[in-house]
Amino acid sequence: MKRLGFAALAASACILANPASAFTVYVSNERDNTITIVDSEKMEAVGTIKVGQRPRGITISHDGKVLYVCASDDDTVEMIDTETNQIIGTLPSGPDPELFVLSPDGKTLYVANEDDNLVTVIDVEARSVLSEIPVGVEPEGMGVSPDGSVIVSTSETTNMAHFIDAETHEITDNVLVDTRPRYAEFMPDGSEVWVSAEIGGTVSVIDNETREVTQTITFEIPGLRAEAIQPVGVKIMPDGKKAYVALGPANRVAVINTETYEVEKYVLVGQRVWQLALTPDEKTIISTNGVSNDITFIDTETDEAIQSVTVGQLPWGVVVKPQ
Amino acid sequence: MTSRTSIRAVLASLLLAGMAISPAAAQGEAPAQSSEPTTQPSSPPASQPSGQPAGQPAAEPGKQQPRPKRQRAEKETTRIQIGYLRAYAPQLALSVLDVPPRNDGVAGAEVAIDDNNTTGGFLGQEFTLDVAEVEPEADVVEAFNKMVEAGARYVLTDLSAKQVLSIVDFARDKGVLVFNVGSTDDVLREEECRANLFHTMPTRTMLADGLAQYLIWKQWKNWVLIYGSHEGDQAFADALRRAAERFGGQIVAEKLFEDTGGARRTDTGVVQIQRQIPVFTQDLPEHDVMLVADESEVFGTYVPFRTWIPRPVAGSAGLVPSAWHPASEQWGGTQIQNRFEKQVGRRMLSKDMAAWTAVRIVGEAATRTNSGDPAKIEEHIKGENFSVAAYRGQKLTFRNWNWQLRQPVFLGDNRSVVSTSPQEGFLHQVSELDTLGIDQPETVCKLD
Repeated sequence: MKRLGFAALAASACILANPASAFTVYVSNERDNTITIVDSEKMEAVGTIKVGQRPRGITISHDGKVLYVCASDDDTVEMIDTETNQIIGTLPSGPDPELFVLSPDGKTLYVANEDDNLVTVIDVEARSVLSEIPVGVEPEGMGVSPDGSVIVSTSETTNMAHFIDAETHEITDNVLVDTRPRYAEFMPDGSEVWVSAEIGGTVSVIDNETREVTQTITFEIPGLRAEAIQPVGVKIMPDGKKAYVALGPANRVAVINTETYEVEKYVLVGQRVWQLALTPDEKTIISTNGVSNDITFIDTETDEAIQSVTVGQLPWGVVVKPQ
Repeated sequence: MTSRTSIRAVLASLLLAGMAISPAAAQGEAPAQSSEPTTQPSSPPASQPSGQPAGQPAAEPGKQQPRPKRQRAEKETTRIQIGYLRAYAPQLALSVLDVPPRNDGVAGAEVAIDDNNTTGGFLGQEFTLDVAEVEPEADVVEAFNKMVEAGARYVLTDLSAKQVLSIVDFARDKGVLVFNVGSTDDVLREEECRANLFHTMPTRTMLADGLAQYLIWKQWKNWVLIYGSHEGDQAFADALRRAAERFGGQIVAEKLFEDTGGARRTDTGVVQIQRQIPVFTQDLPEHDVMLVADESEVFGTYVPFRTWIPRPVAGSAGLVPSAWHPASEQWGGTQIQNRFEKQVGRRMLSKDMAAWTAVRIVGEAATRTNSGDPAKIEEHIKGENFSVAAYRGQKLTFRNWNWQLRQPVFLGDNRSVVSTSPQEGFLHQVSELDTLGIDQPETVCKLD
C-alpha cells in the first residue's frame, strides 16, 4: 500500500507546474512534544518549536500572531509568538485539553476537557476562565458557527453533539450521532454542522435550524474492512461546495460533494490520517498522517496528493498561518 | 450470603421503593435504528427552558438569525436498574501483586454507570447498580430473585458457568437479560448458550488464539505446554492445543504440574522454587516458547526466568492474553484509564473492562432507543446494526450465533502491552475478530 502511495505522489508531482504561494504551516507532533514549522512553497520543514507534553489541538489567532497549542498532558494551552517562535504564556484550559475552537472575533477560546466532561470557555485577552460547561462523556470535537452565536461540542462516549448558546453558555440541544464523534465543522453559511464519528464510521450532517440529522454519510473503500474506515478531521471549503474528511487508518481523505453528500473521491495520503487544514489561498488541503510521521499536501483543484513532508513523531493537528 | 450495596444503589432503591421499572416516558420515542440518529427532545440538565415557541422563519442563506430557545416539557426520569451478581471469596495468588482487588469488575460497572448517567442526564435516564455477593459455587437463585424483584432487568454475572446456568432460564422467563462479565468458559457460548445470555468477557479459545497468532507471527512455532491439575488449567490447556492446531504451532511436549497442596507463599519459598522449576523443565525437548496453563495460581508465576534453557514463557505467565490491559493507552484508552483511576484509585483490569462494556451496552441501547423498556433494549442490542465503542480501536459487535462480543485480545506482560490480536495477515470473510475463538461454522450453539 505504501509503495502505491509513493507512485501516486511521484506521478502527481510531475503534473504540478505552479507551486502555491508560501504559507507557514504548523503541525503538532503528539509523541515528540514539538511543533514542526513547514514552508508550504518549498514543501519542507523549516523549524521546530519545543512545547509541552502531548501537543494535540492547534489553532492560530486570526491575525496570525499567536499560535495556541493544547498541551494535553500538561493540562494547559500554550501561546506561541509566531514572530519569535517562543512560548509567551499559557491559558488556564482545565485538565487534558484536546481540541478547541477560537471564536470568530478571536476573543474567546472554547476548549474540550476530555477527562472532566467539560467545555472550558476562556477569555483569551484576560487569560481567564469565563465558565465551565458540563457536557457528555469525553468531549472532543469543538465547532463554532460563523457568526459566533453557537458552539458545538461532541462527546465521544455519550455520542452526542451538544449545541451551546455562546451568550448564555447553556446547552440548547443534544443531537445523537454515530459512535465516538470526533470533530464538528460548520458550513461556512452556518446552515449545517458536520460531525465525524470515528468508530461509527460515518459523518452526520446536522441542520443547524432544526437541530436534526438530515444526512448520514457513509464510506466504502474496495479492499478495506469497514472497521478500518474511521472518520476524524473535517474541512469544508469556504465556498461550501466540497468537504474533505480524514479517514484515520483507512489512510485516505474523502472528498465529498456537499450538495449530493456523495463521496466523489478517496485521496491516498499517509498512514492514520487525523486532521486537516486549508491554506488561505484555498489551493491546498494539508493532512496529518500520524503513523507515517508526515503530512500530505492535496491540490484542491484536482484533488490529487501533491507531496508528503516528514515532520515529527505522531503528527496530530495542523494549522496554517493566515496572511 | 453476604450482600454489599453501594451508597448510590441504596439511594436509588429508596427512591424506587415499591416501584417497578418505569417504562420510557411517553413523549420523545425515537426510532430504534442506530443508522438514523435523531434529535432528542429532552431538556439538558444545564438549560433553563424559556422564551418563545419554535417555528421562527428560516434564516436567510449566508446570514444567521439568533436562535430562539425552545420551550420544552419537563421530562419524566426513566430509571434503568442493573444488577451485579458475583461469587466472591478472598483469593490468594502466587504473587501478592496478582491478588484480585476487592472490587474487581464491580468498579468497572460503577464507572460505566456514571458514564451512562452523564449521557442519561441529557435524555432523562437514570442508571443504578445493585450489587449482590455469594460464596463461590453457592446457590445464587435467591440473590438473583431478590435483584429482579427489586426491579433489575439487566443482570451482570461474575459467576462460574454452573452458577450462571442455575439462573439463566429463570431470567429468560422474567424477561431479564444476563451479561456474563466473568466466565471465560466456552461451554456458556457453545453447548449451554442461551438467547438471553450475552458475554462481554472473551472465551479461553479467544484468548489462546490471540496468543497463538502472535507466536506464529513471530515465527516461534515450537512450543512445550505445562499445565496444572485443576479444571480451569486443563480447559485452558485444551484451548492452547486447539490454537496450535488452528494456526500451525507445534506442541512438541506436554507436562502436567500436579498441585500437591501446601501454602502458596512462604518466607523461604523462593530458594526452593529457584531449584524446582529448572529441574521440572530439564527433560523437555528443544522448543521456542514454553506455554503455561495455570489458571489456579499454583505454579505459573514461578516459571519465567527459572526454566532449564532460556526460553520465553507465555499463557498464564510471561506473555499473557487478556480482555484488557491496565497499561493500554491505545485507541483513546488513556481516557477510560484516567477516569477509572481517578474514581476507583487503582488500575483497570480485564473484568472491570468486561463489566464496563456490559453496562455501556445497556446504556448505548437505552440512548439509541430513548427508552428503558427491556424489550426495546433487547431488540436493539440484538439488531444487525448494534455496536459499542470500548477503546479497542474498532466498533465491537456481537456474534449473533451465540451472543459473544467480538473483541481484540491484548497480549502483555506485567508492565506493558506487547501486542494486540488478531495479528496482521489472519484474515476472515466476516470480521478478522472472528479469527479468535470458536467461529460460526464450528459452533454447536443452537439458540431458540
